[in-house]
This record gives sequence, C-alpha cells and structure tokens, in this order.
Amino acid sequence: MNIAQNPNLSIRFFGVGNAGVAMLNVILARELPGATCVAINTDEASLADSNASEKVSLESKLFRGMGTGGDPERGRELAEEQFGQLKSLCEGAQVVFVMAGLGGGVGSGAAPVLARAAKDCGALVIGFVALPFDLEGARRMRQAERAQEALREFSDGVVCWPNQKVFNLIGENSTVAETLRSANIRMADGVCGLWRILARRGLMDVQFPDLCGVLRDAHAEAVFAAAEADGDNRAGVAVEKLLAHPLTDGGEALKEARAVLVGIAAGSQLTMAEVGKVMEAVNSRCGDARVFLGAAEDESLGNRLVVTVVAAGAGELEKVEPEPPAPVRRRVRTSADQPGLLDGEFLEKRSTPRPRSRFVAANPEMSQDEVQQLAERRASGSTRGRKATNKMHQGQLPLEIVSKGRFEKSEPTIRDGQDLDVPTFVRRNMVFN
Amino acid sequence: MFDSSSIIVGLEIGTSKVCAVVGEMSDEGVLNIIGIGQSKSNGVRKSEIVDSPAAEQAVRDAIVQAETMADCEIHSVYLGVSGGHVRGFTNHGVHPVVSADREIMQDDVDDAVKNAKSVNLPAENSILHAIRQHFVVDGQQGVTNPVGMLGARLEVDVHVVHGVTNRVHNAVRAVKGLQLEVESVVFNGLAASLAILTNEQKEMGALVIDLGGGTTNYAVYADGIIKHTGVLAVGGDHVTNDLAFGLKLPLGRAEALKIEHGSALFDETVAGQEITFDRDASGAKRSVCKEHLQRIMAARMEETFQWIAEDIDRAGLLNYLGSGVFLCGGGARIPRIADLATQTFGLPVSLGRTNCISGNKAVLDHPEFATAIGLVRFGSFQQSKPAPRNPITHTVKSTLTSLFRRG
Repeated sequence: MNIAQNPNLSIRFFGVGNAGVAMLNVILARELPGATCVAINTDEASLADSNASEKVSLESKLFRGMGTGGDPERGRELAEEQFGQLKSLCEGAQVVFVMAGLGGGVGSGAAPVLARAAKDCGALVIGFVALPFDLEGARRMRQAERAQEALREFSDGVVCWPNQKVFNLIGENSTVAETLRSANIRMADGVCGLWRILARRGLMDVQFPDLCGVLRDAHAEAVFAAAEADGDNRAGVAVEKLLAHPLTDGGEALKEARAVLVGIAAGSQLTMAEVGKVMEAVNSRCGDARVFLGAAEDESLGNRLVVTVVAAGAGELEKVEPEPPAPVRRRVRTSADQPGLLDGEFLEKRSTPRPRSRFVAANPEMSQDEVQQLAERRASGSTRGRKATNKMHQGQLPLEIVSKGRFEKSEPTIRDGQDLDVPTFVRRNMVFN
Repeated sequence: MFDSSSIIVGLEIGTSKVCAVVGEMSDEGVLNIIGIGQSKSNGVRKSEIVDSPAAEQAVRDAIVQAETMADCEIHSVYLGVSGGHVRGFTNHGVHPVVSADREIMQDDVDDAVKNAKSVNLPAENSILHAIRQHFVVDGQQGVTNPVGMLGARLEVDVHVVHGVTNRVHNAVRAVKGLQLEVESVVFNGLAASLAILTNEQKEMGALVIDLGGGTTNYAVYADGIIKHTGVLAVGGDHVTNDLAFGLKLPLGRAEALKIEHGSALFDETVAGQEITFDRDASGAKRSVCKEHLQRIMAARMEETFQWIAEDIDRAGLLNYLGSGVFLCGGGARIPRIADLATQTFGLPVSLGRTNCISGNKAVLDHPEFATAIGLVRFGSFQQSKPAPRNPITHTVKSTLTSLFRRG
C-alpha cells in the first residue's frame, strides 16, 4: 500500500501565545513531514526556545515591549497590526491548525485574528484550544469563553481541551511542570492524530469536509482523545486506553455525542479484525451518532496502533427532544443556517409537547390519525406544514406588545412624560433596515 | 492590635454587584484600603432591593470576602444608597442678626442653617444629607465662616439630598439582618465624587457621573462644595434590555454582546459587520448586525448624558465645571464613552481614578469600586470628627489613645 503523503494537502500549524508555542514544540518534536509550523508570541524568549520554522514576534512599539499583560484586547491589537504578515504566512495553506491556550492575552486575542487571516486566504481553519484551569479564576475563564466564541466565528471547527480535566489524569503530587507537560502532550497526541488522518493517504479516507461537519455541529466543545498501543492485542489495549482517557469520561462522551470521527492508524499490517474491534467498541457506545471512519498506514509508527477519536455534540439536547420526528429535526439543524428555518425549529420544539397534553389526553375526538397527520405534515418540512402548526396554536400565543423586559414589574422611570424604561431607539423612532 | 474603630467599611448594594471595601485609618489619619469583597448582585433592580433574601445573600458573600482579604471582622458599615426616589435640591435660609454690635455669633450661623434645613418634604421622605453651602453676609458672596464678621443679614444655602424613608430602610434592614451595624447612609453619587475628586478639582468645579447597572448618579462640585446632585434611574441594565428588545435576544446574550461589542458611539467602520454566535445548545448559528447593536446602545447612552446635561444646565451650573467631567462605575468601561460625554457636555472628560487614597493601586484603579471606596472616605471624615452623641466616651478614648501614643 502506498503510504505517501497526501500530495494535495498543505497543512500549517500555528502556535499562538505561550501555551500555543509550548504545544507546537511538542508537535515539532514528532517531526511531522510536510507540515509547516509557525510560532506566534509576544515573548521573545519563548520564541527563541521554539524550533518552529517560522516565528512571528507580535512585539511592537504600541506597548513598549511589555507584552499583553493578560489583556486579550491588547493581543488582538498587536495581531491586527501584523495582520498582513499573518495573512502571508497562511497563503497557500489548505488547512490551518490554530493552537492556543485561551484565557491569557496573546492566545485569546491573537488566535481569532489569525483564524480570520487564514480564512481570508481560503484555508480551512481548525482551532485547538486549551481552556484554563478552574483555579485560574473566573475572569480568565470568561476571557477564554469569549475568545472561543470569536475563534468559532472564523473557524471551521474548534476543539477544546479543558485543562481542568488534566487533574483527573495525573497524580495528586505531580509538579506543575509535569501537569502542563502532560496537558501539552495529550493535546499534541490529538493534533497529530488528526493530522495523520488528514495527511496520510488512507486505506479508508476521511475527507476534510467530514471533519468539519463533525466539528461544526458541536455546540460547546468537541472532545478528542488519542491512544496508542502495540503488541498482539494492540486494538484491544488501545480501546481500553481510549475509554480510560479523562476526556471521554469512560465512554460517556461517546454516548452523548452526535457525531464521532474515528481515525485508526498503524505502522504496518493493519488488519480488518483490528479495525473491526475498535469500531465495535466505539459503535456499541455511541448510540445513534453519525460515525466516520478513517484508517491509514504510517511507517513511522512502527508496530504501534494509534486510535484518534473526535466526538462532538451535547448530550442533554438529545435527551430533551421527543422521539418521533427526530430525523427531520436533525436535518433542519445541520443544514439550516438561515434564521428563518431556525425559527421554525423553535416553534416545533415548543409546540410538540402541547398536542399530547391538550389534544390526546383531554380531547378524545382528536384521534390518533389526526395526530399522525400532524406529525407527517411537520415531518414533510414544507412551509405549509409549519404554517398549519402555527395556526393551531395561534390562539395561545400572547400578542406581542412593546415590552419593558426586565423592568416590567419595577416602578417606571418617568422624565418629562417619557417612560425611560422603553428603549430609546423606540421612543426616537429610529429605523433599522 | 489596632483599635477596631479604625476599620472603616463601605458597602454598596448595586444592581449588578455588591461591593464591600475595607479601609484602615492609621493613627496619623491616613486612610489605607486593606480589603475588598464583591459578589454578583441578586434581587436588586434600579439600585433598590426587590428581593431581600437574595440581596442579603449577595451582601453576605461580599462581606465575607472582604473580611477574608482584610483579615478583620466587620461590625459596621457605611451603606451607599441610590434609586429613582433619591432627589437633591437646594434650599435657601435667612437669618437676621439681632445682636447690638452686629457681630455674627455661632448661634446666628446655627439658626441660619436651621432655617435653610427646614425644607418642605413629603411626609414619607427623609433627609439623607444636608450639605451647607457658602454663606452670604449682607450680599457679600462666598463667605466660608462668618463667625466674628459684622453683618445684619446672614443667608445660607443648603443642598438637601432626600429619599423615601421606607425605601432607604429596605437597604438598611437587609444589612442589619446580617448583624451588621449601619453607621451612616450615604448617597452613592456623593460617595463616588469623594473617591475621585481632589480638592483642587472640587475648587475648579467638576461633574462626577457614576454609571451604574441600575441607576446613574451624579454630583456637581463648584467652589469646593457640592452644588447639585441627582439620580437618573437608567443604567447598564437598560442598555441590555434595549438590546434584548431591539435585536430580539435573550437578556443574557444581550449582556454578553454588550460587553463584547458595545460602544458608546456608533463606529462607521463596523457598518455591515455581522456578529455570529451559537443561538442555543443545538449549535445553530445566529447573527445580529453590529451596526444596529451600536446604534441602539449609543442612543441610550447619549440620551442618558443629555438628561444629565439638561438637569445641570437647569441648575445653572454647566459653566462652573472647570475641571470637567469624571466618569466612574461599570459604565465607564464602555468603549468611547469619554468621546460621547465630550460631545454632549462640551467639556474635558476623563475616567475617574481613585487617587486620594493609598492602598493596592491595582484594586483601586477600577472605576466600579469608586463608590464603595468613596463610602470609606466618607466614613473616615465622620470618624475624624468628634462623635457628638457621647462626648464623654470620646474624650476618654482620645485621652487613652494619647496616653498610649506617648508610651
């Protein structure tokens, strides 16, 4: 089997901020052929330590070499200053991995800008971000969440690594350095795993759009885990390791996932039985999720077998939803980007439980077929069907009047006959197109 | 061991956060901030408590945090109050000097002030502060201490800040429910100005605007004294509410977008930009127009400033603000708020810095804490005055203190 590098894919790794550069260093140590690595930071020392092929110092006169002081806004400004350079670095890349530790200044501020630059160049952007430890405080967590949202805006997918989970992974007495190294290594495992799936010509190919599809639907975080093993029972050991991985929560994450991507890579002689073993373990745990499989051979792995899993999707949502029209709903959610359709989805959600209590239980003449008919109409997804649903509940919806929102019940603030609780733009008749 | 009375605590029960600041007064009368505690506020709307148990819990959290940081036990607080019911107005008092030699005595001064203080308030209102202005002796303006001067007619203005008694007491009761004494109740706008302005700025004339979550408080200084105060029960919550209504968003999302993308002035460069975010847990995307967001927000902020400018203009004080406008409170963090204020007031605008108190600068520099720090400052003024209620204890105490100091 030809194990040549996929010639059509040019991948670039960017490490942003201290944490990002540290992750990049771990990846660099593994010598991925054909991948270009770029380190971006304000800290000269950290850049000097890195052996990335390209280095971008975000230092400028703007802050007199003082770094960002943990302020994402500064990180953003610095990155904007260098936007042109970032863009030229992304030029020609098809896939850009953005690695950063969110919560600080550079990672949170510059990563979204970099993602935008990459997007502008037409690359597919995947963010690999570490979220701060709980002990770093709520402020950093907030900054991280905001940055994550900003990053999501320009990325095709964002994979989160909550550092907090590293605590489960390590002994109580391990040092800070060990903890961080362990986090970086795990993260690098995941990144390399993904890279391998994408860059190696596979026995069973995973297309980049598949990966994007998995990630794009993920609401809060995609979970990824990588495990490797060798020996006779390497598939079995790898699966066990995978399930013991802190991010999979003993397989719970798979159970709740909506889409799962499994990449299997081995040095040589990957047997169908091994693939089957891994997939059986994954399939048995992940319910009705969409599962994508990729398999590849990579000489550099020698005798080892590496399994990488990316699981996306929040479980709670699935549980809340009622069963029957599920397939239709899934299609609506994944395909629809227009707000109009989303509104429809909301309407459905709210109205689905109602017919049961109102019409089935209370009104015997609302027979089973009528309910069925209703469900079918809704399932057909046509505008007509949705309209009909609306009509049914028209009487129950309150007429929307200019609401004072959260000031509804408080004493009105009246000045010169104007109620100041009513939004200014309403009182001024400002028109927004 | 320091005397427990040298600990001064300012407590502000705000709409978005409860903040307790602990100050320590050294023997030399130097104030030092040693602790700060804050918690997310609950059950407070427009700076007034609407849900006592929730608010009490928030106060408890803040106090405990402040106690831990300052490593002391808090027994009493200076409580900041605000709300739409708090008003300020200036009353005029006249007293004819009757003594044969026309020399003005302390009694005459007291009488004049008493006359000015006897204002006609609604029965349910009570006075929070009565701030004496300069005296006028026979038409001579700007007399600070008329005792010993000659004159026939002594006039004085008193600026009275008053509020509805029961509504002020709601806050006091919430604090007392936690076994804390309330030393004094202070209007938030006044407290903020105490924290921010230097004496020089007070002399030059200044307007301090505290842009809070539920209310906007302001105070005007001219010639070194407080000339005017006011409350507008419009704050950051209103901005959030406007956005939620105008962009059809839930309040939580509106708040987040306000913080991230808000601006006090509409920025031409954002025209046409969209803000995209996950609509809900399903991962569906939604986007709003950044231009609309900023226009809605700018309209509200501009209007708020206009009301204040109008009110100050009506009081005839707009030309007395030599050192300009100072902004504090969480609203001072809105990008370009200073530009907007400059446009509205036509005066130099700066963000208020609490520069008159020593302590951890990193803590003090936050505009949100100005009010609570001002409360501590107010407390330090009160404590440096001789306590009028039981002068004997005070004398004994001061004698003891001086004895110890000598030792």
